[in-house]
Amino acid sequence: MRRAVLLAPLWAWLLLIVAAPVLILVVMAFAIPADGVPPFTLGLRFAAFVMLVEDFYYAKALLAALRLAATTAGLCLLIAYPIALGMAGVQPRWRLPLLALLMLPFWTGFVLRLGAWIGLLRDEGLVNHLLRGLGIAEAPLPLLYTEGAMLAGMVHAYLPFAVLPIFTALIRLDPALWEAAADLGARPARVFFSVTLPLTLPAAAAGFLLVFIPAAGEFVIPELLGPPEAQVIGRVLWQEFFQNRDWPLAAALALALLALLILPIRWFQRLGAGA
Amino acid sequence: MLIATALEKRFGPVQALAKLDLAINAGEFFALLGGSGSGKSTLLRMLAGFEAPDAGALTLDGQDLLPVPPWARPINMMFQSYALFPHMNVAENIAYGLKRAGVAAQERRSRIAVALDLVGLQGLEARKPQQLSGGQKQRVALARSVVMGPRLLLLDEPMAALDAGLRERTGLELRVLQRKTGAAFIMVTHDQQEALALADRIAVLEAGRVAQIGPPQEVYARPATRFVARFLGAANVLEGRMQDGGFESAEAGGVIASGLPAETIAIALRAEQIRLTGAAEAPCTTGILEDVAYRGDDWLLIIRIQGGARLRVVHNAPPPAPGSVVGVAWGAAAVVPLFA
Repeated sequence: MRRAVLLAPLWAWLLLIVAAPVLILVVMAFAIPADGVPPFTLGLRFAAFVMLVEDFYYAKALLAALRLAATTAGLCLLIAYPIALGMAGVQPRWRLPLLALLMLPFWTGFVLRLGAWIGLLRDEGLVNHLLRGLGIAEAPLPLLYTEGAMLAGMVHAYLPFAVLPIFTALIRLDPALWEAAADLGARPARVFFSVTLPLTLPAAAAGFLLVFIPAAGEFVIPELLGPPEAQVIGRVLWQEFFQNRDWPLAAALALALLALLILPIRWFQRLGAGA
Repeated sequence: MLIATALEKRFGPVQALAKLDLAINAGEFFALLGGSGSGKSTLLRMLAGFEAPDAGALTLDGQDLLPVPPWARPINMMFQSYALFPHMNVAENIAYGLKRAGVAAQERRSRIAVALDLVGLQGLEARKPQQLSGGQKQRVALARSVVMGPRLLLLDEPMAALDAGLRERTGLELRVLQRKTGAAFIMVTHDQQEALALADRIAVLEAGRVAQIGPPQEVYARPATRFVARFLGAANVLEGRMQDGGFESAEAGGVIASGLPAETIAIALRAEQIRLTGAAEAPCTTGILEDVAYRGDDWLLIIRIQGGARLRVVHNAPPPAPGSVVGVAWGAAAVVPLFA
């Protein structure tokens, strides 16, 4: 009874924030499109789901989103390991300032930071200006609205989610483990691959998923930095909602994305239970 | 074999090693004894290659060790935390160094078997470190370094994490292992009993320097300084000075010894060489029996003598009641003059 009372606010919150929106999406996905506000009338129609399966466009958008999320998460891990190793390697009193530096970009608005990337990468931007000034390029290079610009923005936005779990795992390891490996004849690279990496693999997986899960639904970064052909699910969703005003189809798309992400979310929860 | 010359190391304001000199012979069991902050751990880590000295030289059989990184030194270390790789089983842990040295799989297997046999852990090859007891972990850590066949094995507080009951046996086994392998063992410890019991020679470290070095019996019987006498724990130290051929100590209430060198500034008196005097015997001094602790074989008495110093006395018969006035005496041979 006491337990139930204590948990009541949590359940209320979950109901309001998770269950209710999903329920609304489900109702919307089965509704009938109509001209009006809202642009549907209630019903039981499967056309939106049939459309998802029949029109290859949506499956491709889902795949593109998963590919972008996986690439972003992979790149984040590659960059996160040296950062986390560096942060774990310094004296404990320097760790908090370094952690603050890592989070520093988050003190400015998300869209503002994307604006900075645009300023750097556009044809008259800083990078092109420098390249031409140094005589490396004659005409401005197309940097903005490319796969690279999109990935840079994605990695920049999600990197801390990969660094934090790895950093936490590293500082929990007995530093004598690295010394023991070196003492037994392992050079630094060998120490990393035979001791550090295997012992932080669960944390790396957690970091990967922490980036992958939100990145799969990302819409702003591909929209502002990516090429037009990068039709990831987030963008398609937005277009269906706000340009085509086909809310049932958009709701069905959102449910499909959610269903796809349940597997990695479950996996992440299992990692958490194991740690 | 191993020669350290004028090693210095400073961590910020802390002088960890101050012009430390040390020579260690091949095949000896050597103990570095000292309290926390004495520099014993820094020295051990320097031998393994994890710390570089600010100044000084370090050679092993004539070869300069300082430019050699830890992974290339012919020295192995057993860590206080054991540092067993938690993702590898016992055999994989022991195989780790052999693989790095490029030992072929077949030879690896036979050497692992020999090492496990040496530490008495046959049959546990497939266990993970989490499935081992503290004593078993210690043996795996030992086997993992011994299997490399080092000329010099470093042991960082090898028995600190063991139960008291296991310590004595493990210590003796450690010495058997040292004899069998013929390697020189350097053991860091803060436990004087452990050092006295196991080592061929002991160096007592104080504030980054060697305060005294020698065989256990010598260091115990003839401490060179007040610090060593106090650290070894068995002796009472009374401060004073020589005057007209007698050693006069204010804290002992007057002249308590004679015939010592003129530069004597303190004396050490071993607790087991002080006796309570009977009615017929003239005491060296008298005092009040403050406290009595029964220790099984004997009693430890705390006696506050005239002048205020407290003497620790080991007594072999039921002692008088606390509060009694007692006389204490010692032979002239029991007095060890200290000059520093």
